[in-house]
Formats: sequence, structure tokens, C-alpha cells
Amino acid sequence: MEVFIQQCINALTLGGLYALIALGYTMVYGVIQLINFAHGEFFAAGGYIGVLLLGVMTAMGLMESAPWMCLGVSLLLTMLYCAFLAMGVERIAYKPLRKQTRLAALISALGMSIFLSNGMMLARGPLDQPYPLEYSSGGFEFGLITINNLQIVIWVLTAVLLVALNLLVFRSRIGMAMRAVAQDKVMSALVAINTNRIIALTFAIGAGLAAAAGIMVGLYYGSVRYDMGFVPGIKAFAAAVLGGIGNITGAMIGGLIIGAVEVFGAAYISGEYKDVFAFIILIAVLYFKPTGIMGENIDDTRV
Amino acid sequence: MAEPILELVEVSASYGKIKALKEISLKVYPGEIVAMIGANGAGKSTTLMAICGIVPVQAGTIVYAGTPITTISAERLPVMGLCQVPEGRRIFPRLSVKENLILGGFYRTDKSAIDADIERVFSYFPVLKERLNQQGGTLSGGEQQILAIGRALMSRPKLLLLDEPSLGLAPMIVQKIFDIISEINTQEGVTILLVEQNANLALQASSRGYVLETGAVTMADTADALLANPKIRAAYLGE
Repeated sequence: MEVFIQQCINALTLGGLYALIALGYTMVYGVIQLINFAHGEFFAAGGYIGVLLLGVMTAMGLMESAPWMCLGVSLLLTMLYCAFLAMGVERIAYKPLRKQTRLAALISALGMSIFLSNGMMLARGPLDQPYPLEYSSGGFEFGLITINNLQIVIWVLTAVLLVALNLLVFRSRIGMAMRAVAQDKVMSALVAINTNRIIALTFAIGAGLAAAAGIMVGLYYGSVRYDMGFVPGIKAFAAAVLGGIGNITGAMIGGLIIGAVEVFGAAYISGEYKDVFAFIILIAVLYFKPTGIMGENIDDTRV
Repeated sequence: MAEPILELVEVSASYGKIKALKEISLKVYPGEIVAMIGANGAGKSTTLMAICGIVPVQAGTIVYAGTPITTISAERLPVMGLCQVPEGRRIFPRLSVKENLILGGFYRTDKSAIDADIERVFSYFPVLKERLNQQGGTLSGGEQQILAIGRALMSRPKLLLLDEPSLGLAPMIVQKIFDIISEINTQEGVTILLVEQNANLALQASSRGYVLETGAVTMADTADALLANPKIRAAYLGE
């Protein structure tokens, strides 16, 4: 029983992180019907910039006195950086191809993914970049069950970001414009919406969320590497497909399910195969219900 | 006569290799209702999309209210008072009626004036008030047409381009829509360029008309003269 509860805690942590990454896939797909295969690299870039900023703050001696403030500032700056990175990528790699076939943009996305991950390798080398360890110490113990501080931080931050995203998309003027662009770009232009700007903004928001996940993964697992975006990226993509690609609520649910399947699969079936479970789900969803849980044709939450 | 609010001078446009518009010239004066009639595929909708900056213009110029708008991007035109209700109405299907209306005035930031305008749209179209929180896609065809016109009014247009407002609607509802169009023209002082396959209806509502055939203007006259023209009667009025 203790093991089960402990696994639930782990599943919630991992699932929340997958959900944050999956949102970027699903939002971009919602507005321009592109699977942005470079999205995993925004997540990795988040981890990289995060470790860089935390390193700078350590060197400045700020970590000793106010570690949580350092984390907060790093998080904000990293999200901002990745948001701009994603807008640049969109401008260079996708916007010129918007009137071409969808396959052209997809191949461009694969190229961008390779370019970005190799860029990170060239910039910082192929080795693991260690994260500071002071955040992972401390926590609560209930018998055999432990919840460390970092897990609580990840839960709270994930929840805050998901709520903020929902408010933005479903309650704000900009969110209304995003939903409009997802549904009809010509009509959106006819009601004075700058569709290019909305598309860029969608990339920025998705990348910002992925960047936050990147930092948290770095903290949680203790290090980041230039190619860390690939596998979580594909798992988050599986989560987005499971939830119904294009659907925001679906991506959140899909992320939590993929996280749970991976954690419980590793615990009760085989730890060696932990990466396989997400892909089994991806194949099963594509085979049996390609529209996913919240199939995009029947819902109102598409962006 | 005063300066035209809209003037097209020898406007051409293509879809790939197909020439959709061949040197179209037309004028619309402030306060008018002008009809553009023609068969399916004559280029009526393309003309409206070219005016609105959606279909790129290859040659010629479009002047709106004294400003050349040929190269201005589409999303800036509603701000200038040029607005279109496109063919098929293009209601945002998964947004509520209220959201559709708010998006009509998307560029505006004066919250209280927007609310007042929504009320004004309701006074024209009481049915929309009952459907306020319903999704646009669940409305009937007539209701969607009404919503599309209401959404356009939310941008406070000076010139309204209407594409096939009667398409797919029952005759009674069509009559009502045309009453509303006249009312918008007289009460709100909105100039209207009306594209219709239903030539009879369109010309009766208009003061002047243009006839389009395979992407070119073949006739331009007052609505009464066009209605009396035997060629028009044979080709478009089913006689």
C-alpha cells in the first residue's frame, strides 16, 4: 500500500511535467495543424538556461541567502527566453512555409529539432550539466512515504501554470482571439485579428510552459543534457495525442495518464521498459481512437 | 457626386494559373447600396476578398475613403471601417454568440461602448440575446446570418461588404435579412456593397448594380435599368 501511494505521488509529479510539455504540442497543432517536433528542444533549452542562470547566481553569492528567490527569477527569465526562442524558430522555420504543404513544415520542424539540440551540445558540450542540489533536500515523511519539497514545488507550479493558461485561453481577449484563429484564420483577419501575431504568441506560450518543465526536470533529476528533449518530447506528444491533439484540457489529462502509466509500469511490470509504455499508448490511441479522449471535432476547448 | 468611398481601378487577381479577376473597375459612393450580380464562379466573392486583402491583388489599385489599400494587410481594414460578412457567414462555430459579437469589435478597447453596441445589435436582432451563451455552430442558418451581420456591425463599419446573405435561407427569412440590410443602410448610414446570386432581390434593394461574367465587369447601370434590361432578365431573372 505504501508503495502504491508513493508511486501515486511520483506519477502526479511526472504527469504534471508531461502535461506542461504536451500543451505546447497541442496548442501549436490547434492553431496551425503542425506537430512541432522542435518542441522538445524548448524543454531542453529551458533546462539549459535554467542551470546557466542558477550557476551565475551561485557565482554572485545569491544562492546562499535567497535560494528560492533565485529559483523564481531563473524560472521567469528562462520561460521568457524560451518564449522568444520559439517565436524566432516560428519566424525562421515555419512562417515561410505556412502556405506550403503540411509535410514541408513538419520536415522543417525535424530539422529545427536537430539544429537546436546540436546547438546546445556545441555551446555547452555533450556532458551532463549538474543542477544545484539544495532544493531537493527536505520534505515530509509519513511512515514509508516521502514527499520532498521539490515535488511540492513542482505540483504547485504546475497547478499555477495550468490554471493561468486556462484563464488566459478561456477568459481573456487574447485567448478568445487564439480560439478564433484556431477555428478560422480568414475570418479572424476579417475581424481585425493579427493572425501572425497570435500564432507567434501560441508558440511563445507553449515554449514558456515547456521551459518551466525543463527547469523542474533538471532540479528533480539533478542534471540536464543537450539531448534531454527527445524522449520526454515524444512522450508528451503521445500525451497530447492521447488527450486529443489540439485540445488543451485533453493535453492536461493525457499528460497525467502518460505519467501514471510510466510510473506504475516501471514499478509493477518492469523498470527496464519504462520508456516503452508511453509509446504503446501512442500506438494504441492512433490505432483505436485517433481523435483521442477529447476528440477535437466534438469539443469547444480547442486552441 | 461626392468622392467614392470605394473605388477599384482595373483590379486583377489569380488563383495559381487561373485568372479570377480581369481588370475589374467599380465605384461605390457613400450612403449607397450597390449590387454585384453574376453566376457562380463569376468572381464576385473573389472581388470582395481582394478588397479585404485576403486574395492578393496582382495589378490595379483599390482606394478606400481616399486611401490606397491594395497592399494593406487584411486585419487593419476593419479598424478603418471596412468590413465584410463573407460567403457562408463563417461564424466561429465553437465560440459563443457573445464571443462572436465581441470579436466583431476586436480592435476596439472602449469596454462600455462595446457593451452599448452589443445592446444595439440586440435591438436589431432580439433572437441573438436569447442565444447569447450558445455556441455559434449550433444556430440555424438564418440566425447565423443575423449573427454574422451583427458581428460586422460591432466594428462600426462605414462600408459593409455582404456576400450572398440569402444563401441557403428560407424565403421568409431572406426577406427579413434584406429588410435589416436596408435598415442598416438608412438608420446607421452604412454604405453597402452587396453580392448576390438572387439578382432580383439584390437589385430591388440597391440603387446601382454591376454584372460580373467570368471575372470581368460586363455591365454597370442603375438598378432600375438593369432590372428592365431584357438581357439581364433573361440571364439572371429567369425569364
